[in-house]
Amino acid sequence: MNGRDVSSFAWGALRGYPTRTLLMLLAMAIGVAAVVVLTSLGEGARRYVTDQFSSLGTNLLIVLPGRSETAGANPTTMMGETPRDLTLDDALALRRSYSVRRIAPLNVGSADIRWRGRQREVTVIGTNAQMLAIRHWKLSQGKFLPATDMDLATPVCVIGGLIRRELFGATRAVGEWLRIGDRRFRVIGVMRSEGRSIGVDVQETVMIPVASAQQLFNTPSLFRILVEAKSRESIPSVKQFIVDTLQERHQGERDVTVITQDAVLATFDRIFSALTYAVGGIAAISLMVAGILIMNVMLVAVSQRTAEIGLLKALGAAPRQIVTLIMAEALLLSALGAGSGLLLGEGASALIRYAFPVLPAHAPLWAALSAVLVALSTGLLFSLLPARRAARLDPVLALARR
Amino acid sequence: MIELQHIRRDFLVGDQTVHALDDINLCIDRAEYVSIMGPSGSGKSTLLNLVGLLDRATSGQYLLDGDDVTTLSDVQQAQTRNRRIGFVFQAFHLVPRLTAAENVELPLVLAAVPVDQRKARVAAALQTLNLTDRAHHKPDQLSGGQRQRIAIARATITEPAVLLADEPTGNLDHKSGGDVIDTLEALNRRGITLIVVTHDAELGARAHRRVLMRDGRVEADTPA
Ligand SMILES: Nc1ncnc2c1ncn2[C@@H]1O[C@H](COP(=O)(O)OP(=O)(O)O)[C@@H](O)[C@H]1O
Ligand SMILES: [Mg+2]
Repeated sequence: MNGRDVSSFAWGALRGYPTRTLLMLLAMAIGVAAVVVLTSLGEGARRYVTDQFSSLGTNLLIVLPGRSETAGANPTTMMGETPRDLTLDDALALRRSYSVRRIAPLNVGSADIRWRGRQREVTVIGTNAQMLAIRHWKLSQGKFLPATDMDLATPVCVIGGLIRRELFGATRAVGEWLRIGDRRFRVIGVMRSEGRSIGVDVQETVMIPVASAQQLFNTPSLFRILVEAKSRESIPSVKQFIVDTLQERHQGERDVTVITQDAVLATFDRIFSALTYAVGGIAAISLMVAGILIMNVMLVAVSQRTAEIGLLKALGAAPRQIVTLIMAEALLLSALGAGSGLLLGEGASALIRYAFPVLPAHAPLWAALSAVLVALSTGLLFSLLPARRAARLDPVLALARR
Repeated sequence: MIELQHIRRDFLVGDQTVHALDDINLCIDRAEYVSIMGPSGSGKSTLLNLVGLLDRATSGQYLLDGDDVTTLSDVQQAQTRNRRIGFVFQAFHLVPRLTAAENVELPLVLAAVPVDQRKARVAAALQTLNLTDRAHHKPDQLSGGQRQRIAIARATITEPAVLLADEPTGNLDHKSGGDVIDTLEALNRRGITLIVVTHDAELGARAHRRVLMRDGRVEADTPA
């Protein structure tokens, strides 16, 4: 018998018992679909969280004053001294590394803003032109802060979309003078809504040049310095550079903390990957159950078709041919089941993505592949017993039974 | 060509041994037409199954064309069944989901004969039996006589030297039984060795040689 004969015989046998075949297909398909859907949910959750984090910026290092490591005695904190502040000069010094692409100083405070008698309290961010690119922000109108020297206190501001609506309503905001605290700033741009859930919500903030913010809040210090490295690979060296540079500038004190976003991200990545593997594994168990079902059904099929198997033997089928035929039938069954399960699962994932657009629920390739592989191998494995039972049938007895 | 020497076949039923065949000695030549008759339980089917290599003797020797086939492996026995022996059963044993032509084709499929040769041979066999117009019918769309003739076509498609029929007319009315016997005899006239088990005395009498069995022994062996 060649492969085509075997498969067409197996296909005929499957079609000969449509109810049984459909039920088996269903069991297999549900198992495979479960793996696909569950892993796509896990993967979707992982991608959602990591996307949220990377929206804070790519290859980002955040410098904050004070040392957060508990290891090692730090005399300054032990004495209860406050750590040295970060300054604009610190930020400027960090520009010197070739591996640093962008630098943005950050000052944050709250202030009252006023325009034609309308007033509200907002978060004011003092920063520079590079912040836009570092944070992947977008403007809906006008321009972002000008790329001037950081110590230049230009009286301009960029406002969030919500503030524009609340304060200016139908009036064109760009070009208007806005009072922030006791100073006047000209509105030069409006931020576009991003719908973020992590980080600062730019919709309710006003951004001004960092030097202006220092004057407004009457402080020489910075809240944070954001540093964007040129590449993912250069992050560790940039981190070392920051620590060394600032230590040198701070009279040998290591009094800053550098957070790399990748560390946080990698942790979440690991957690969610583990979660995906776990749900995938649980779903794979349902595939095993489907495999056991296949075994039962094939056993029933063998006893149902005892006469047929006896006949095949009488016509000269060798035991191995019988084994091949029965296993081909099981393999075909699980292949068809796996195929329809894949379609079903991908369909369900697409539906989830449609219903919850924020969740990028795509089943990872390894999950889909291993679901199909597990389906096929359980099909084969669990048909071994029925096939061997069929091959051992005594043809005389098999044919005598009515 | 068929030579049975001191063949025994014992069955263990509970703690009792049933001697279904008890020292059978039989020689059947090429192209002979033999009927095997005898009361129910006398061992006719057991003998035929043994000759057809569906069963193995407890002891004794079986030579087919001079080859000792009692010692063949399972695979070799299967091959011998496929190429050298045709079997026709009382209950037809057609595969219900396959068409008449596909049923006839089965032994060639098992023997891995190329598709084009297969189709031609099946068509020719159906032609000979005047069943061409039934080729694409399923067994349940055929009459009993037609089913048995399809089974005969299947048994002879590999052009075996021996055709064994165990009560081939047992499930048929007189008329279709006659058709089936005519078909078998036509094959015998073209050279096939035909052995028919029957309890119908009239049919048995048509054979050139009649073997009568009782209690697992050959009681009479009458050439025509
Ligand atoms: N598989 C078997 N197990 C036990 N006894 C059997 C078996 N097959 C046949 N026999 C016994 O062997 C004897 C001959 O049976 P069989 O060849 O079928 O007779 P016949 O075909 O002449 O009616 C009977 O007594 C029957 O009960
Ligand atoms: Mg009998």
